[in-house]
Order: sequence, then C-alpha cells, then structure tokens
Amino acid sequence: MATLVFVESADGKIKKTSLEAIAYASGMGGEVVALALGSETAPAALEALGNYGAKSVLHVADERLNEGVIQAYASAISQAMDKASADTLVLANSSLGNPVSARVAIKQNASLVSNVTELPDTSVGFKVKRSIYTGKAFAVVELTKGKKILAIKKNAAEAKEVGGTASVEAFTPELGDADFGANITGVDKATGEVLLPEAEIVVSGGRGLKGPENWGMIEELASTLGAATGCSKPVSDIGWRPHHEHVGQTGVKVSPQLYIAVGISGAIQHLAGVNSSKYIVVVNKDPEAPFFKAADYGIAGDAFEVIPKLTEALKAAQ
Amino acid sequence: MKILVCITHVPDTTSRIAFTDGDKKFDSNGVQYIIGPYDDYALARAVELKEQLGGSITVLNVGEAETEPTIRKALAIGADDAIRVNAEPADSLFVAKQIAAQAKEGGYDLILMGRESIDFNGGMVHGMVGEILGIPSISPVMTLDIEGDSAKMSREIEGGKEYIEVKMPFVAGCQEPIAEWKIPNMRGIMSARTKPLNVIEPVDNETGTQLENFELPPAKGAVKMIDLDNVSELVGLLKNEAKVI
Repeated sequence: MATLVFVESADGKIKKTSLEAIAYASGMGGEVVALALGSETAPAALEALGNYGAKSVLHVADERLNEGVIQAYASAISQAMDKASADTLVLANSSLGNPVSARVAIKQNASLVSNVTELPDTSVGFKVKRSIYTGKAFAVVELTKGKKILAIKKNAAEAKEVGGTASVEAFTPELGDADFGANITGVDKATGEVLLPEAEIVVSGGRGLKGPENWGMIEELASTLGAATGCSKPVSDIGWRPHHEHVGQTGVKVSPQLYIAVGISGAIQHLAGVNSSKYIVVVNKDPEAPFFKAADYGIAGDAFEVIPKLTEALKAAQ
Repeated sequence: MKILVCITHVPDTTSRIAFTDGDKKFDSNGVQYIIGPYDDYALARAVELKEQLGGSITVLNVGEAETEPTIRKALAIGADDAIRVNAEPADSLFVAKQIAAQAKEGGYDLILMGRESIDFNGGMVHGMVGEILGIPSISPVMTLDIEGDSAKMSREIEGGKEYIEVKMPFVAGCQEPIAEWKIPNMRGIMSARTKPLNVIEPVDNETGTQLENFELPPAKGAVKMIDLDNVSELVGLLKNEAKVI
C-alpha cells in the first residue's frame, strides 16, 4: 500500500513543512506518492520532490485550486488516495491542511490524528505521539481504523535530500459545484517574508518595545538572522502588529530552532505558543520576568540598548 | 436565525498539566475549568449576531455532568438553551458525530465552534461536522458577518488572510478577533439558572482513535544569563553551543 502526501506551496515553492511530510512518509516505509493542487507550482519543483523521497507526484493543475477551497481540496485529496491506492495520508499541520484533512477523514472512513511529533510505532497496532495541551504535554494514541491520516507538526521529520527525480502525472479528480460552495473572493498575503509557522528562527517583540514605531530594530535583527517576526497578544490586540504575527495560546504556535523574545514578560499563554522551540533567548529589562525560567539564554537589559548591540555583533560574526 | 454554538469544557490556560492513573488520566485536582477560549469567541460572535438579526442560540457540549457549570456560564453569556450529550468526549470523530446528529435535528443556519479545543488541540471537529452534514466548513475564521442568506468571512492563512463568501448553513471554526469575549452580567447569571439544559444520550459510539498514555516533556535546564556588556558572548553561544545560527 502507498502513502499519499499532500504538499502545499508558497510563492511557487514547495513549503519546507511539506518536504518534512514527505520525509516522514518515507520514514514509514512503502511507496510515497505526493499530491500537489493548483496550477501555480512549477513542474520542476514537483519533479524535485523525488529528491526528498517521493516516487511519483500526482498534479491537479486546476486553476480553481490555486486558492485553498477547503471542500474542493478534501474531494481532490480523497480521490487521489483512491487513485494511488493509498491507505495512509500524511500532511503538514497548517491552517489549510487541518480543516481539509478532517473532511478527508470522513470521506475515507479513516482515523485522523493531528500535531503528530514522531514516526509511528507499528510494533503493536499503529500508534503515534502527538502534542497536546498546546505543547505542554504529549499523548500516545492508537489509530484504530484501516485507513489513517496523520497531520504532522513541524520538525516531526527532517527533510533530507536523498537524490532522485519523481515522475509527475496529471490527475483530474471530479469536482462539482458543491465542492466550490465557499467562494474565496480575495487574499491578503505578505509575500517574500519568512512565514512564521515555517521559520527556523523567530524574533518576537512585546509591549516592552513601547510602540509600533520601534519595530525597526526587531525587523533589522530578524533580517540579519533570516528570521520571521512575531509578537505577543497585547501587541496584536492594540494593533501595533498584524494578527497573523501573534504567537501564543490563541495565536500561531511556532517550533523554530531559535526563538528570541524581546520585551515579552512570558505569560503562560505566550509560552504555550513557543514551548516547542529548540532554543529560547529572552531579552527583558526586568530580571524577574517569568520568561527567563523558560529560556536557555537570557539578557536582563533594556531592549533599546541590547537589540542594536546584538544585531551589530551578529553582523560582525557573519 | 438559529445558531448552534458548540463548546468544550477545558482546563484554564494557566493550569498545571499533570497526569494520574499511570499517566492514563488528566489530573484535574485543583484545576479550574472554563469554556474553551476559541469557543468563547464563537459564542461571543453568536450573541452579537443575535442582537443584530434576532433568532436563537443553542449551546451544545459533549461531556459528563461535571461540565454543567461551564454550560450554565454559556447560558449566562447569552445562549437561550443548551444540550449536553452525556458522554466523555472520546475523540474528534465521536464528538463530530454527536454534533452532526443534533445539528440535523435542530435545522440550524449557523454552526459555530472554536478552531480547536485547548486540551487536545485537534482542530478537526468543525471539518468533520461539515463533511458529515454535506455543508461547507471554514476555519480558522477571524471575522464573520451575515447578509441575507449568506455570510462574509475572513480566514487566517499563513502570513495573511483570505476572504470568503458562503451561503448558509455552514460550519465555522472561530478564533480572535471575531468578537470580544463577553463577561456574564448579574441578570444573565440569574436567568441562566432557569434556561433549559437538555441532557441526551450519545447517538453513536464510533471513534477513530484510542488513547494509550500521556507524557510530559523533559524539564528545561537552567537559563544561562549573559552580561549586558558582553552581548557578543550570546552570539558565540548560539553559534558554537546551540549551533542554531
């Protein structure tokens, strides 16, 4: 039986988390078939999925799928599972992948688990570890149905180049009017930026920065590191920064290699969004800020003094 | 307009997470339970829509008797009546089946819930309900306005948002800033005591997953503090010790 991997792209490039999904599926053994939806991904990018472990790629080059229409995506993915004779679907957790996979689970009568953090244990049954309580704990769960869907968390597998080219096959699922019942009328999207959920390094600012006009130094530090920028909830609530930058319990949950928090005290709701970061650096002028307890490295000092110094030191070290 | 709002009964976001019974059960000792924060946004928006357009709000929870204070709070915030499906919410599929059955029976125009629960963070129930009922499901929804028989929404995507129009009925998984959380007033609290709360048995026991055990992450080591006058030391540590830059 094959494993189907649904891959997403941004700015015409396959997302890194989708490459991790392919690596994850390869790690499970068996044949890996990737599925790409929409006409905007270049054929060369799809062939290159072979380099990460996909044997073949099904491509639905349908313009109507250039936007993430949840029902149409679910129909296309479910039909691709049948086409590839796949008993398992793997995809990256994302704002599109999760709502889509829920519908596929019903269509396919499959067991579904999201936020998966490790390869399955198939010694007895089929068990996976998933993150719960917003990263504060894990649960090991068994998937009891014959078909399985795994939505994996960032860093559940490492995207490794294994060499090879995938064969790309055009696929035309049957999509009806009902699949396009929800009409996407427009998209506002930052282009060219490092996307927060995908970023390996994140620099976030809090109320300690005193106002939106002071974000220049955060952006400069981020661009020096090739990092995405984030913020705390109060900062997005008062409109200093857009909502999609809000990191925390009710915002984006990030899992970067390095998270740098500037002027954020470290409320438990903020920590919930960052606790799967590999390393955490905290800069705060209050040496008693609770965030230091969750940090690997800390500097107790005024952000306006520390951040320009840090940016300069990083530039000097490059 | 008939609105169904599905709520979870979850530990407060500041709760200490611990497990008992050989790591097979959540330790609820000393834990304060709340309406799921995302569900609370859905409920708040439902109350606003009812104020604008009239209609009724039914709140639904899948849970055992201990969830009733949480359901009463939702009634105090502005729901008109409530349904409790008397069962432990075993997994997303189990909960989705219960919601879908009630939704079919009640003929709701709008089915709202949070984008995910904050205990299991599955984020799956809205999509499953939509698929079972054969109606659109949209999540995570940031704004929601009703015009005639259709709705205008914005949905968060990585790095931005998209705008969606859809005809009712549909299912929406909600998140901020769809509405401000509402705090129940005294009149709400008083009237909540007498609002109908119907307890029904589950329609179906099907699940897709089975819990094995819980685990806590390894404890974090102590923070290494770097002197304010020696910021370049941090750069060295990130390069050579953490190896992340």
